[in-house]
Amino acid sequence: MSLLERAVFKNRWLPYVLVLPQVVITLVFFFWPAFQSLRLSLLRVSPFGDRVFFVGLRNFQQLFSSVEYRISVVNTIVFTLGVTFVTLIVSLVAALLANQKIRGRPLYRTLLLVPYGIAPPVAGVVWLFLFHPAYGIVQYLFSFFTDWELNWYVDGAVAMALVILTSAWTHLGYDIAFFLAGLQLIPRELLEAASVDGATPFQRLLHVTLPLLSPVIFFLVVMNMIYALFDTFGVIHAITRGGPGTATETLVYKAYKDGFLAMNMGSSSAQSVVLMVLAIIFTWLQFRFIERRVSY
Amino acid sequence: MLAKGRVLMASLVLALVTALFAAFALTAAAQPVEAQFWHAMGGRLGEVVQELVDRFNQSQDQYRITAVFRGNYSETMTAAIAAYRARNHPHIVQVFEVGTQTMLMSGAVYPVYQLMADHGYEIDWNDFVPPVLSYYSTADGNLYSMPFNSSTPILYYNKTAFAQAGLDPERPPETWQEVEEFSRRLIQSGAAECGFTIGWPSWTMIESTRAWHGLPFATHENGYTSLDTQLVINDEFTINHIDRLARWQSERIFRYGGRGGDAEPLFINGQCAMIIQSSAAQGGFRSAINRFEWATAMLPHYGGEYPKVNSVIGGATLWVLAGKPAREYEAVAAFLKFLSEPEQQAYWHKETGYVPISRSAQALLEAEGYLDQNPDQRTAYSQLTYSPPTPETRGLRLGNFVQIRDVIEEELENIFRGQKSAKQGLDDAVRRSNQLLREFASLYQ
Repeated sequence: MSLLERAVFKNRWLPYVLVLPQVVITLVFFFWPAFQSLRLSLLRVSPFGDRVFFVGLRNFQQLFSSVEYRISVVNTIVFTLGVTFVTLIVSLVAALLANQKIRGRPLYRTLLLVPYGIAPPVAGVVWLFLFHPAYGIVQYLFSFFTDWELNWYVDGAVAMALVILTSAWTHLGYDIAFFLAGLQLIPRELLEAASVDGATPFQRLLHVTLPLLSPVIFFLVVMNMIYALFDTFGVIHAITRGGPGTATETLVYKAYKDGFLAMNMGSSSAQSVVLMVLAIIFTWLQFRFIERRVSY
Repeated sequence: MLAKGRVLMASLVLALVTALFAAFALTAAAQPVEAQFWHAMGGRLGEVVQELVDRFNQSQDQYRITAVFRGNYSETMTAAIAAYRARNHPHIVQVFEVGTQTMLMSGAVYPVYQLMADHGYEIDWNDFVPPVLSYYSTADGNLYSMPFNSSTPILYYNKTAFAQAGLDPERPPETWQEVEEFSRRLIQSGAAECGFTIGWPSWTMIESTRAWHGLPFATHENGYTSLDTQLVINDEFTINHIDRLARWQSERIFRYGGRGGDAEPLFINGQCAMIIQSSAAQGGFRSAINRFEWATAMLPHYGGEYPKVNSVIGGATLWVLAGKPAREYEAVAAFLKFLSEPEQQAYWHKETGYVPISRSAQALLEAEGYLDQNPDQRTAYSQLTYSPPTPETRGLRLGNFVQIRDVIEEELENIFRGQKSAKQGLDDAVRRSNQLLREFASLYQ
């Protein structure tokens, strides 16, 4: 920080020119659409845009009074918590294991990070092939042992579990990378001291490692939530398309469906505005608490 | 950094200049009148569309059609609407049947009957298959968009499994009672795990099944005569039908396998011995199924008090968008005329399995002996022409239909997963759909 602190540009316009592309991109791709969403959320527009009516807050009022929207709020909460904690726990275990002194550790670490490089729709298709009720491999293997059908076309809970697992799987690498970094920052001496005091490996994990990891854990909880809320469209679109019924329709998926399939731009924009408010809250949380560090 | 930016800028400018020159060069050299055609036919279907376009372009040198694949139906329609709003839309766009009302009300359309009349093409509309023509005509009989790919739900059955179960493989079920009875035999004998499955739930089980029994889908002649229409699908007939499906599911007579074509693997890999699915699935089945013999049959019927009328079509038509120079519409009219000819229709049918849209195309296929060799391809046509369509069965004219179908399928899934009774689910579907219809109507008051 101190090195860069007094960087001086000889030309006083140069710094502005250098930040200009980023400012332009932000304006064109973030502020302009956000402004459009705000505007459209107050309108009712025919699909071809030839008829436009100002309806005030009616889009919002309709949204909050609709049963379907409430269902998608509940789905989003279940989905987000599911993805956040499944990712967190699995990646913590994986990171702890990959942090052991074992042969081939770099290979394990690399393999653990690979899923993160796979695009969500592709991940969705891979899991579809595993779990499809008609041609999925897992269903096929199941049929040897049990009569139970993993048919997520008619079972909303199975569908939800499937999209949670797939989304968690694609995000594992991100959490593992942060956990590994966090684990390596834990001073050896502390763990050794605990060993000398007779702490079992589990006690060392519980009383030394986890508390020292808490800033990372908190950071990852927020990041996982943001991921689950805003970044999982591809997975849901590839596997369940929000179904069966509305069992896996999250807020983002509903906004997409109402806007681009149903061409109801007013309602879709109102939903986007709600999502925008959520994003602002999360960003604020992130800045407020993460920048300050978690105390332990 | 700066140098890199300059190089980038320079190459951008260069690209722009080249593009401009190219555009000028093209307009200067262009003899044929050009028209754009956006379609939603991917894969093999897209190749066949391109072949038809090539044939048209080679058949004369006055006009040139450029076909562009724009993604699936929703994507194509959304893209065309966005382009229209930006005033750089194509001349022709392929829109699926559920988008019909949106297109009709848009004020952005050059009606096909008028286009053809304006350009001196006399087309014998009476030659067209009635349910195809009526789906895209107004109540007073004017055709607004050119039928292109039309299909209708039919029953496919696994002849090999039928034989194994001791059923006559040449005798498909004709009634729903037989569907139930045959399914039990198929399951008990171990010839199949489940009796039947379905594709496109709303289209096959409600829209078509109702029309097949002469029942309306919505008030005001299914929306043809007024925007003030409401769904009527929560009556005894459909409640009983869906309730039966839900009950059959627990006995494995029926198995729900998802929307659209998602259930097809259940039939292809032999788990379900029957599927009710679009007639356009035949091409796919022909290449995917080699382990058993299969055949097609008309939709099952309840018989009794209900007449057998016709099933409704699905698929898409070609809409001509307004606002282009008059001369370019000559190219459009010539192309649509070309597509409607029996030779093109017969080719399209053979390659894709979509039904021929005119009686003369059907006659040509018969004369060629093609249908004798492929009798299964007759089913859809026979079903569509079973009796002349009535105001209740000629088609559906609903605003927000994309959403309405989605709502219906959502509620059907709620019923099939045991969350709601058939009555509850259908009541909810009607309530939610009626709200969507009211919203649509309020836009055009």
